[in-house]
Amino acid sequence: MLARHYIGESWKHGLLIIGALIVLIPFYMMVSMSLKSQQEIQSISGGLVGAQEIQTFPVCTKHGYTEEVCTMRPYKYNFWFAFKKAPIPRYLMNGLIVTVSIFLIQVLIALPCSYALAKLRFKGREFVFSMVLFCLLIPVHAIALPLYVMLAKAGLVDTYAALIIPWTISVFGIFLMRQFFMTVPDELIDAARMDGMGEYSIVWKVMLPVAIPALLAFAIFSVVAHWNDYFWPRIVITGNRDLFTPPLGIREFRGGIDSDEFGPMMASIVTVTIPLIVAFIVAQKRFVEGITMTGMK
Amino acid sequence: MGTISLKNINKSFGSTEVLKQLSLDIQDGEFLTLVGPSGCGKSTLLKIIAGLEQQNSGDVIIDDKNVNSTRASKRDLAMVFQSYALYPHLTVRKNLETPLKLRDYSFVERLPLVGNFVPSRKEKKKSIDDLVFKTSETLKITELLDRKPGQLSGGQRQRAALGRAMVREPVAFLMDEPLSNLDAALRVHMRSELSELHNSLKTTFIYVTHDQAEALTMSTRMAVMIDGELLQLDTPSEVYNNPSSLRVAEFVGSPKINTFAAQISSDGSVEFMGIKLERKFNTNSQKALVAVRPEHLEITKDSNKPAFEATVSYRENLGSDIFYHVQVDQSESKIIVRGSPQAGLISNGETVRISLSHAEAMLFETSGERIR
Repeated sequence: MLARHYIGESWKHGLLIIGALIVLIPFYMMVSMSLKSQQEIQSISGGLVGAQEIQTFPVCTKHGYTEEVCTMRPYKYNFWFAFKKAPIPRYLMNGLIVTVSIFLIQVLIALPCSYALAKLRFKGREFVFSMVLFCLLIPVHAIALPLYVMLAKAGLVDTYAALIIPWTISVFGIFLMRQFFMTVPDELIDAARMDGMGEYSIVWKVMLPVAIPALLAFAIFSVVAHWNDYFWPRIVITGNRDLFTPPLGIREFRGGIDSDEFGPMMASIVTVTIPLIVAFIVAQKRFVEGITMTGMK
Repeated sequence: MGTISLKNINKSFGSTEVLKQLSLDIQDGEFLTLVGPSGCGKSTLLKIIAGLEQQNSGDVIIDDKNVNSTRASKRDLAMVFQSYALYPHLTVRKNLETPLKLRDYSFVERLPLVGNFVPSRKEKKKSIDDLVFKTSETLKITELLDRKPGQLSGGQRQRAALGRAMVREPVAFLMDEPLSNLDAALRVHMRSELSELHNSLKTTFIYVTHDQAEALTMSTRMAVMIDGELLQLDTPSEVYNNPSSLRVAEFVGSPKINTFAAQISSDGSVEFMGIKLERKFNTNSQKALVAVRPEHLEITKDSNKPAFEATVSYRENLGSDIFYHVQVDQSESKIIVRGSPQAGLISNGETVRISLSHAEAMLFETSGERIR
């Protein structure tokens, strides 16, 4: 009886472990490659960190640095060269500017909308809400071209605005917050009205503080999606490297004369992923809460 | 002053009529309870008085002023909610301050940071602090002022919610089942505290409840509402002893009043279950309903008394009283009789004789109107 129970359990765990490995192995390879030398990467040797022998890197000298400068341990070289080759801090800064502005404007728009949809009675409310649900079904790729044309006509291509404006109205955010506001008791809003608050005060002074957990969940979804987004920046940022977001920046390491040098490329990817991983570890509990709360479990 | 009068209020949600031509006059300083079963429209009526809900037709008049188009916050009423509805992210102190700040501060004074530099704000802040302190002293919540609602027990939250209503010194308090989230013992305790508070404040209280015990114990007058209509408005003892209709008689009083089919002879004498009432009634009907409260029935051993036989099917021992649920016939519904524990327990299945302890009983038409 007991043995059978354990077999049943181990079967499930085995499956979960395999799933976890499929997700984790690319991460492991990324970290490992960012530390090892080119030879070790190509010969698939050296385990996680490689031998870390001091050596002179040919790609480095080809870029015009002296041999003395180009001689160091592989892990150091990979990260040093990644930062030399591309303005990674600038990319990270761009990513920060874009994701934070998108999120703030999304909240600014989504909160009053979802409050109206959840708590105010007006004619056509159900219709408006069904339109919100309908918009959830539209994939970004379907409207990318018209959006691009509009931005191009407005002369906004190659600006921060092009990266931010199309995302400022988040139907997902409206939907998510509306579902959360439905659970806020009407009495709280009635109490605020008795106290003399107007509808906008209620949104910002009562609903916003109450909705912090839901907002954090939404923040995670929004920030992760736009930090990692490659598709949209690739379309609207055509040449100006100063506006590159981290995923566009990584692309710099692909192609060109030294296209095969994986070490610095992986080092740049590690640098770009670290902020999200740190954010996840810090907010892990909230993250899980957020996902279960939104009913996406 | 705190007189409120409602004139011919109608309210419907879609096709459901919630309030039908309801008129009600509330006097200054009285404790009026709106009592009725759930769904009778009493909470809706309270919201209409508060201005949180708009009536379809009819007038709300507060202190001789028609407030139909006045916003909730300008009506100078304060409300206590069933779920307390305290702002969860603010401390009790901030909760208490909020209505005052919104009322007394100007727009500029309310602004964060900038507001601090407006000279008039300092004085107002002082008077708000004083009021909050005074209120918290009255309600004995001074030591809780810096806690958030989540850290308070149900009773403490109740007090904080009362405090938030009190600081404004409104013309009337509206309370929507404020005690129903508390446990039984605390509820009984809070009843007396609320009554004391009413006595000391001398402000009009309008109190909504489905619990007739609260209505009977606290109110100066109670308004019994059923299905959107005001059936009776009177003092608690009058409503209990002299209900105007069978629906009121059945709603008020626990356990429920017993009803019996009765025959009326041409001379006006009434007979039910073989018992003849002493009083004669002036009516043309031949059939009627006799209603007797459980405490006006007794289990008798005196064979001379007019009585009927019944079998005890269940007994409810409340300590001070024992209620016997008895079955008269197989077909008829159960009736409830109060017995005293001193008389000794009667076990289930025993046959007893039941008579009227007072010769008086209430008589109703089969349609429910009272025959006096």
